[in-house]
Amino acid sequence: MNASWPILSLVTFLPLVGAGLILFVRGDDETVARNARWVALWTTLATFLVSLALWTGFERGTAAFQFVEKAEWFPGTGIAYHMGVDGISVLFVLLSTFLMPICVLASWEAIEHRVKEYMIAFLVLETMMVGMFCALDTVLFYIFFEAVLIPMFLIIGVWGGARRVYSAFKFFLYTLAGSVLMLVALLYIYGDAGTTDITKLMGHGFGRQAQTWLWLAFFASFAVKVPMWPVHTWLPDAHVEAPTAGSVILAGVLLKMGAYGFLRFSLPMLPEASVAFTPLVYTLSIVAIVYTSLVALVQEDMKKLIAYSSVAHMGFVTLGIFTGTRQGIDGALFQMLSHGVVSGALFLCVGVVYDRLHTREIARYGGLVERMPRYAAVFMLFTMGSVGLPGTSGFVGEFLVLAGAFQSSTWAAAFAALGVILGAAYMLYLYRRVVFGKLERADLRDMLDLSRREVAIFLPLVAVVLWMGIQPKPVLDVFSASVDQLVARYQQAALEPGSRVASLAD
Amino acid sequence: MNVPALSLGAALPELFLALSALGLLLYGAIAGEGSYRRVAGLSIAALAAAAALLFSGAGPRSVGFSGLFVTDGFATFMKALVLLGAGLGLVLSLDHNRREDMERFEFPILVLFATIGMMLMISASDLMSLYLGLELQSLSLYVIAAFRRDSVKSTEAGLKYFVLGALSSGMLLYGASLVYGFVGSTGFEAIGKALAAAARPGEQVPLGILFGLVFVLAGLAFKVSAAPFHMWTPDVYEGAPTPVTAFFAIAPKVAATALLVRVLVEPFGPLAAQWQQIVWFVAVLSMAVGAFAAIWQTNLKRLMAYSSIGHVGYALVGVVAGGKAGIAAVALYLAIYLFMNVAVFAVILSMRVQGRSVERIEDLAGLSTTHPLMAAGLAASMFAMAGIPPLAGFFSKFYVFEAAVRSGFYVLAVVGVLTSVFGAFYYLRIVKIMYFDEVKEALDARVAPSLTGVLAIGSLFTLLFFVMPGPLVRAAHAAAASLFP
Repeated sequence: MNASWPILSLVTFLPLVGAGLILFVRGDDETVARNARWVALWTTLATFLVSLALWTGFERGTAAFQFVEKAEWFPGTGIAYHMGVDGISVLFVLLSTFLMPICVLASWEAIEHRVKEYMIAFLVLETMMVGMFCALDTVLFYIFFEAVLIPMFLIIGVWGGARRVYSAFKFFLYTLAGSVLMLVALLYIYGDAGTTDITKLMGHGFGRQAQTWLWLAFFASFAVKVPMWPVHTWLPDAHVEAPTAGSVILAGVLLKMGAYGFLRFSLPMLPEASVAFTPLVYTLSIVAIVYTSLVALVQEDMKKLIAYSSVAHMGFVTLGIFTGTRQGIDGALFQMLSHGVVSGALFLCVGVVYDRLHTREIARYGGLVERMPRYAAVFMLFTMGSVGLPGTSGFVGEFLVLAGAFQSSTWAAAFAALGVILGAAYMLYLYRRVVFGKLERADLRDMLDLSRREVAIFLPLVAVVLWMGIQPKPVLDVFSASVDQLVARYQQAALEPGSRVASLAD
Repeated sequence: MNVPALSLGAALPELFLALSALGLLLYGAIAGEGSYRRVAGLSIAALAAAAALLFSGAGPRSVGFSGLFVTDGFATFMKALVLLGAGLGLVLSLDHNRREDMERFEFPILVLFATIGMMLMISASDLMSLYLGLELQSLSLYVIAAFRRDSVKSTEAGLKYFVLGALSSGMLLYGASLVYGFVGSTGFEAIGKALAAAARPGEQVPLGILFGLVFVLAGLAFKVSAAPFHMWTPDVYEGAPTPVTAFFAIAPKVAATALLVRVLVEPFGPLAAQWQQIVWFVAVLSMAVGAFAAIWQTNLKRLMAYSSIGHVGYALVGVVAGGKAGIAAVALYLAIYLFMNVAVFAVILSMRVQGRSVERIEDLAGLSTTHPLMAAGLAASMFAMAGIPPLAGFFSKFYVFEAAVRSGFYVLAVVGVLTSVFGAFYYLRIVKIMYFDEVKEALDARVAPSLTGVLAIGSLFTLLFFVMPGPLVRAAHAAAASLFP
């Protein structure tokens, strides 16, 4: 391991350096825009390359935090700048850095005005996302967690669609309302345990009653972020109005922050409360899976459909996490990574046709396969990934979640399996309406197939989806040790107090 | 207290400022109308010199003037803030006064007198010196609120402030006399000792003292513009000339809050259980008023008035929490609040359309395209005031809520964070207008360098506080520790 280099800080703050460089780009509008794009692309690529050191240097088979950095920050309080990754978080760092150059490329032509500010916002966003996954101090975590809101608010509000203002406010206030309760919880934890060090807090046993309140406060924050039904309504709005790259990041990374929070805080620190609230989470997850799948079926807007499918997929994730079993959590993590890539790619697919026709209405399309065969093939692959076809990454995650769910509750698993079928229904229905059918409209005849830039965007995504689907083991190996430890602690803490678990078995 | 030592050294900064103000008054009277700029410049220099004296004389706690005047770490910290706020307020007024034909030398001198009053308030350790400082400050403020004497709005603001201010001073005085009547002394130390005896378990605190406490608190709540004594704030903020509003929002707020803290901790410390209930209620009400009433405002200065009411509420959360942690949180809150506010007012003072000053929120439309840096500075301040990390405003809220949770005031903390979400709405609305809306009427491109400078100081502080929070946090903790010997 490369202990001499502060790799995590480098990965976190390199984008900020890029943003600083863009700030000083001068010249006429055209030059500024071009330079801003290139600086952003190089910065994100460089960040990705640096972050690859995490993949190669990460020691598998241990649950310990690696690449740890620590420095005093707030004197006299113990609040420190403390960074580190374990198997659970390291892949999300990589997911973020992997998606970012793709987002910059996807915005290359779609964003025409205020390019400089746009790229700055994205680079700042990357810093905040990566920092959040690396933070090992609750205050540091909270700062990154919340700070994400600022660039995202601006991205939706400035470069979004027609109802961008409403969506931006809804996004911001919904998430803020959830997060502030978590802040109170974090303050309580600080007062109770006397430390903000996440690694120490995992071993700190909180009282039963405190656990319940803390769990609810965390839940308020993470459930909005995931989002779980019924606090998911900000998501379709935000997705529809955000620019394509904004949707990619929103679906790809931001939604994972909530689920990551469950894995980092709720399960390890509050195991007893987590067990007690498992029925609640199951119910909400199943409602999310079934209900939002049905809602997705009747959508007229492509982005909205994919947004609802995200809610359903995240339902699988929360279900998997709260099974508290190895398969369930493995599956949830895998599903999160897979969903990050697949749904990001699906939003990019929508972006491709939106850039050409400037509408997302499904009925306006049809028969695209005749003019855009390459596009049809790419779209097909990601549709299958979303459906969970074996051979794609989506299958592994859903399968493991279902396997975990069956161990804990047959009913939950049965309903979730129903969601898989519904998922196939709405995705294939979407695909049929957009790609197949008769090419009738005149403007559709003039559509060009994927450009070279677009091919470059999709190639890495295709490769990752297939690689994770066919050969999931390298990915599973990264988090298996951490998940084992988490499950072991969780089961131990959950089982000790008595037979409460037994009553929850179905 | 038996040795009537004058101990002038302790009050050196105040004495220096008073002499400077008197000297400048003479100079202005002799030199006549054209002397404004020189007087303003010298006043700023005097404030800077007073700050230098303040720091050079900073030492352990010492009581002077027969127990009327105390200097300690807390006083030094708060006075430094007041001097900084007054200095920045004067810098902010330069451009405005030149354009609006308000270049009269009395303006900076009145600010100096108000500043002396505030410093006296902060150092007061007797109900008498407290009242003297408060009145010196208030009377100067009444006059500068009505400084544009040919404007109906400004004179109305001054009159309103005067009438309501006099009422609150009356309440304070009444409360003070009740306390004096029941305790037999006006000195903070003596009151503290007497109350400690009265508040022992099994003893009954005399009703008169509690009455006195309530009246003193009501008077002070008025001065810090905490709800439900906030009614004057929006009108006065809107009506007063903008640089005066800027000054109101910064320096007197710090001084009055510092005074409130000292009164509650030193003489009334033994009655904490009693005043905590009152301040708890006042804090909740202020946070709620600040969050909800501001939503419908269209005038920026009025909006800032409600915002300041809300911020006082958050600062009071720290007061309720009490102890070293709570008071340190209050000190930090005030310091950060000062920087956020000067940045906002620098922008408000820069808002002109063809030379005419405008102050509606809509006038900011599209600011991000016409003045990108100014918009970024204001946006940073707005996100900070909303308490979004990593901006400085988050840390000030973090510390007060941390203190509240640590002392077990969970409901207060939850109410606080929830009102901050509602408050975020109107701060975001300003960001929305600047960034999402199209330009309607472009603001003038040229902005005075004095305003740009203050904006840069304020917004860079807010933006970069998280990089090195150490010095300020440490200073705030040291200041709070000095109150608890």
